[in-house]
Amino acid sequence: MGASHTRTEPNEFQDLMDKTGFSVEQIKNLRKRFLQLSGNEETISRENLDSIPALANNPLKKEIINAIFDKRNQHESEVGSFQEIGFEQFLMVMSHFRPPTLKTTPEEKEALRKEKLRFLFNMHDTDNDGTITLDEYRKVVEDLLSKSGAIEPATAKGIADAAMLEVASTNVPHMAPDEFYEGITFEHFEQILKGLEMETRMHIRFLDVGTATMRCGRSTS
Amino acid sequence: MAALALRAPRSSSSSGGRSAARLAGLLACVLLLAAGASASRDEGSGESNGTGRDPGRVAEPGERDLHPRSNLTAHKKAFPVLSFNYEHVRKPFEISLWILLALLMKLGFHIIPRVSSVVPESCLLIVVGLLVGGLIKAIGEKAPVLHYELFFFYLLPPIILDAGYFLPIRPFMENLGTILVFAVVGTLWNAFFIGGMMYAVCQMAGAQLGGVDLLSCLLFGTIISAVDPVAVLAVFEEIHINELLHILVFGESLLNDAVTVVLYHLFREFSQAGTVTVGDALLGVVCFFVVSLGGIMVGAIYGLLGAFTSRFTSHTRVIEPLFVFLYSYMAYLSAEVFRLSGIMSLIACGVTMRPYVEANISHKSHTTIKYFLKMWSSVTETLIFIFLGVSTVAGPHAWNWTFVILTVILCLVSRVLGVIGLTYIINKFRIVKLTKKDQFIVAYGGLRGAIAFSLGFLLTNNEMKNMFLTAIITVIFFTVFVQGMTIRPLVELLAVKRKKESKRSINEEIHTQFLDHLLTGIEEVCGHYGHHHWKDKLNRFNKSYVKKWLIAGERSTEPQLISFYNKMEMKQAMMLVESGSSAKLPSIVSSVSMQNIQPKGPTRGRAIPSISKSREAEIRKILRANLQKTRQRLRSYSRHDLLIDPFEDNLSEVRFRKQRVEMERRMSHYLTVPANRQETPPVRKVCFEPEHQVYTYDTEAESPRGRAAQTHPSPPDAIGLMNEATPRPNQSSALPDKDETELRAKAPDDQEEQLKLSRCLSDPGPNKDEEEDGSFVS
Repeated sequence: MGASHTRTEPNEFQDLMDKTGFSVEQIKNLRKRFLQLSGNEETISRENLDSIPALANNPLKKEIINAIFDKRNQHESEVGSFQEIGFEQFLMVMSHFRPPTLKTTPEEKEALRKEKLRFLFNMHDTDNDGTITLDEYRKVVEDLLSKSGAIEPATAKGIADAAMLEVASTNVPHMAPDEFYEGITFEHFEQILKGLEMETRMHIRFLDVGTATMRCGRSTS
Repeated sequence: MAALALRAPRSSSSSGGRSAARLAGLLACVLLLAAGASASRDEGSGESNGTGRDPGRVAEPGERDLHPRSNLTAHKKAFPVLSFNYEHVRKPFEISLWILLALLMKLGFHIIPRVSSVVPESCLLIVVGLLVGGLIKAIGEKAPVLHYELFFFYLLPPIILDAGYFLPIRPFMENLGTILVFAVVGTLWNAFFIGGMMYAVCQMAGAQLGGVDLLSCLLFGTIISAVDPVAVLAVFEEIHINELLHILVFGESLLNDAVTVVLYHLFREFSQAGTVTVGDALLGVVCFFVVSLGGIMVGAIYGLLGAFTSRFTSHTRVIEPLFVFLYSYMAYLSAEVFRLSGIMSLIACGVTMRPYVEANISHKSHTTIKYFLKMWSSVTETLIFIFLGVSTVAGPHAWNWTFVILTVILCLVSRVLGVIGLTYIINKFRIVKLTKKDQFIVAYGGLRGAIAFSLGFLLTNNEMKNMFLTAIITVIFFTVFVQGMTIRPLVELLAVKRKKESKRSINEEIHTQFLDHLLTGIEEVCGHYGHHHWKDKLNRFNKSYVKKWLIAGERSTEPQLISFYNKMEMKQAMMLVESGSSAKLPSIVSSVSMQNIQPKGPTRGRAIPSISKSREAEIRKILRANLQKTRQRLRSYSRHDLLIDPFEDNLSEVRFRKQRVEMERRMSHYLTVPANRQETPPVRKVCFEPEHQVYTYDTEAESPRGRAAQTHPSPPDAIGLMNEATPRPNQSSALPDKDETELRAKAPDDQEEQLKLSRCLSDPGPNKDEEEDGSFVS
């Protein structure tokens, strides 16, 4: 990945870089992987992702695949999900997992955090009504526990109920007994996960040959 | 090691029991002075048999009438009714006296409010040590000295075990790279820089210092360069900085032991041999890996052994904590046998053992382990600092201005340079970069302590040793006093982030796990075998193989989320138990309860489901049976059995859960009436249904209401439960004797059950809404 190569393809990746914030090396690596996954096609479908062997053990496999194909994560106002996605959409989804850099200002960090939280929120809020209801939350807990052997559904329900109760009590301290807490809104979601410092936790180290500083000049993440 | 110049402090055999007795007597004086208590009179009887005492000695309020009356009858020796033999208790007596002194000092500091907030405890203890040492020297006695065996085998291990067992694993692992870089590279840099510069300056200074050769300087540099875990713990404990900085400095102080050990042995061997070859240097590098990895392996083996043993202790709960302590101590000693890094072995043992042991042992054992470790580490830390003070006064000193000042300056400079340089490199690989403030705290927190001192003590006796020792002591004093005292205001001045005190909530736990899986999945999609991938693999290996072997019973297959949840429930139950006896319940922060979040949906319009009479009877039977069972359990008691903890009874756990689920389901069907609520709930008594439900009822609402409740036709099980409760209030007014019944309850559920119970009782049925309210105030 010497300087000579980048000379020939700057335009191709330039707008991708601008949109997603990845560096050229990262985009190249991801492109290689994309082609590998799709069998050298231009788009990936769900079956391609399903067939990744390592994902089989992951309890959240379905959710992850759904999230990748979810239109809401494309930063456009559409809803629903794709059948197949192209490389650009793939990159958009992956861009949610970029870490902040030393140069990121606090406002940018805040925006980054909101973006990542929104990604998580979309994963939970499957019917896209803007709130995570108790049922949806229960489903989350069940999925988490799904690969851990035979769990009584009552346990998962208990945990989800307790968690929901906690969200409700932290965010809406006083509710009359006949009021009903509809579900977790995005603001409440942000509130309860405040302590986790999402902007630094939710990241992947994208394979990045050049940027481990040895390059003079541009320092990306 | 033992062949080297070890001071034998208690070899006062020459002066016999007398001098030791005087020493003991002197200490008793100090004790009296310090504690201001005259209760310690019997220590004053530490005098010899009254013959030939020093007139200059401080007069004792001694019991001279304790002398055997041997001069009463000339021929037949009277049977000594009361005799005095100090010799055979001397050693344990002295040891206990020292420990008691240390603890009384510690107590004293915390009673005096102002001092302890300005000066860290370690400083005060050293000052006390200085005073005591001065006193002892004034008497002309030989003071006990912090020599190698005492320090490394008895005083240091509890502190390290405490640190290792309760090491926060997640932040440690996340920052492991950084910590290792600081520990290994940083210490190496410090040692060579200080050693080299010292040598250069010594050569230039000529005369006195010219005799100091390079290897000695390097040895000295090694000793002085290591950050000391005891000192760091003592100071950082009080300033509560954020987790990241704490784990960085503390982790560094723990892991640099391997480097210190290797370098120390290396330079000592060389300085005796005189020459160094490249081969030797290479061997040194290999030695480093052997020492550190070997230490970790030894620790891990003992840790697994300990975990395996704890699997079978379900019938002998009382000795469970001992296994933890002994296996860890054995790990430490075994590592010392092979000259591996004992500290790393101890840490590895604690870390390996902990998750499995905690899954196996009882709650009480867990508390015991925690308290014993904290207690021991507190005592030994206190003793270390006091002994440091005493040894300072006692030891031979050779003060050399150049050398000492140079050492102090070099230590500071090399630390700062090292931290800045390393951080620059590390930040390129870190996600959460270390800011300048962080770097400052890391540099400033590099305190030296007793380890440096003990290692210095081990040096062979030559003229340089005293000079080295003096310099070491000066550095230690400087770091502990100056840096220790000023770090707190500096932290506040720089507005460094402090530790956030929040408890981990279940939402955070759910999402932490969720994130773990999510990130692992994304990594797999990207084809990138990163952190998460390997962590996930390790977890799965752990779950499928290791846990099966090391955890007893059902718990081996329990997923982490559920164990977290159970732990949380248990904690809340404990809290409820503990607060139930006092007048006020912990203020329930929010009035949100389960019904607020349950979806209303189709269940709203339903009539009360007819709960069959048989179901109700069944529930009543179960509850009654449990009441009896608990009473039966309490009847037998033996010294070796703890009261059987209902918490640990797996069977009842499962049953309890099932019952609770049932209850919940039924409760959620009930509509509730917004009762007129009082703002402050009256004094509540918590009645503990053995193992299972918790009822609260207002004291004034006791019997009459309960009886009245019986007459209501429905809701059945609520009434049924109250029926069970009514015989109890009369006997339970003295209530929660928590040892009578242990409780298992889930607080939010309790609250909602309470609310529901009370409301249900006020609400006789869905047909008549507003009939009774307010009587059972929630």
